[in-house]
Amino acid sequence: MSLKGKAAAIGIGELKPVKEPGDLTALGLMARVAAEALADAGLEKKDIDGFLVGVPFSDPGMIYPASAAEVLGLNVRMLNQVDIGGASPAGMIWRAAAAIDAGMCKAVLCIVADLNKVGDQRQPVISVQREFEAPYGNIGANCGYAMIARRHMHEYGTTARQMAKVAVDQRTSALKNPLATFNDKALTIDDVLNSRMIVDPLHLYEIVSPVSGGAAIIVASPEVAKRAKNPPIWLLGAGEYANHSTITYAPSITESPIKPAAESAFKMAGLQPKDMDLACPYDCYTITVIVTLEDAGFCKKGDGGPFVMEHDLTYAGDFPCNTHGGQLSFGQPGLAGGMSHVTEAIRQLMGRGGERQVKGAALGYVNGNGGIMSEQASLVLERRS
Amino acid sequence: MSEYYKPLPKPSPTSRPFWEAARRHELTLQRCGACRAFIYYPRDRCPKCFSDKLAWERVSGRGKVYSFTVVRRASSRAFSDAPYVLAIVELAEGPRMTSNIVAAPEDVRVEMPVEVCFDDVTPDHTLVKFKPA
Repeated sequence: MSLKGKAAAIGIGELKPVKEPGDLTALGLMARVAAEALADAGLEKKDIDGFLVGVPFSDPGMIYPASAAEVLGLNVRMLNQVDIGGASPAGMIWRAAAAIDAGMCKAVLCIVADLNKVGDQRQPVISVQREFEAPYGNIGANCGYAMIARRHMHEYGTTARQMAKVAVDQRTSALKNPLATFNDKALTIDDVLNSRMIVDPLHLYEIVSPVSGGAAIIVASPEVAKRAKNPPIWLLGAGEYANHSTITYAPSITESPIKPAAESAFKMAGLQPKDMDLACPYDCYTITVIVTLEDAGFCKKGDGGPFVMEHDLTYAGDFPCNTHGGQLSFGQPGLAGGMSHVTEAIRQLMGRGGERQVKGAALGYVNGNGGIMSEQASLVLERRS
Repeated sequence: MSEYYKPLPKPSPTSRPFWEAARRHELTLQRCGACRAFIYYPRDRCPKCFSDKLAWERVSGRGKVYSFTVVRRASSRAFSDAPYVLAIVELAEGPRMTSNIVAAPEDVRVEMPVEVCFDDVTPDHTLVKFKPA
């Protein structure tokens, strides 16, 4: 069983994130990006017969998919929530393809939107994390990623400058992305290292910024894709893996579950990392990109630091990586932060990258990452000439 | 004395023996009677071999810092007394634990040997922490 070439992304909708949510609502944002994605694909609302949704942190609720579908006025043959953290959007793409391949539906609306309303009163939602993590101050994602970075530095000699380079190159691409939150000023490595230390060794500019926003992607059957306005972007391979929730209990904190996820995706596609024209690895922190490039096989384990120094990661570079600026420059509108990597790969492969278009991009790798390097979903996408 | 305002563990029936031992200033772990693995945090079955033959054992309290961070700005207001050292401690018996290192942040290193200490944060709650050995 393979999903290779069984479904394609045919339309996207994505909002420019805003810092203050004001009168916005998550459901209202979903309606906006759904309309945008339908217009982009050249479909009507009645063409949508599948629905995958991420539950907003700012407006959580049980039995969410039917409620959101009702608000949008959808009649669907398949509906579900995808709850694998930042990997949810990438995870939605293969789940949509699987439902289409199984004959359950023909056009799936994948949607996420959220408001920056959690504030600083974060508490773990999982009971074992409330019991064994929160009392010691392991709250939110920052601490876990800082400990990954620290151990990576210890095991492989990774440096603060190497990590900072990720934020710098992604910002260079963000300057060409009108949708990015931080697109007005270039960064230098020293700017990053001189920004405030938040969780040693991670500085402010190495940490994603919470914003409000949303995004949608329509995944369709080959038959529907034929009549879409855009060139279809085919799913060639997908893989998913998780082996822990809290990083303390991961088998290793420097070798992530991205490895088996990416291996499955490349195997299904019959391709290798070196075949990719661009990479969109989930980037909640700079260290996340370095670990992903290693574990997905773009370089040897431990060589991620030297790799990002030796390569130009910008849209014009020899290794285009997160050409939308990554979440570090785009901002993180809840789960829609993780959809920005998928929409960017689709946009680039469709040839709609504008000033930051990667010339001749036909194959792209996307990784979605949930929690503290927990849930992983890897995709290989293709534009056929 | 000011009131303790940080999150406190709410023991479950599964984990209660761990926290009761901590109140006696003892570090105890579950051990699997089938595969002999030590287990942290407490479970109903061994996460390795899935046996339900688990028993509590007092352990050495020795370990080393697997990784750590100095939290300068916390994600929660309850920890506005930052900086503090959050660490993953690898116990001599194998399992890893999230905890705090009770030491000056500049003195903490990866792989540094540590030993258990107990912080009676309220009359009813004792947290398991570590200090340089």
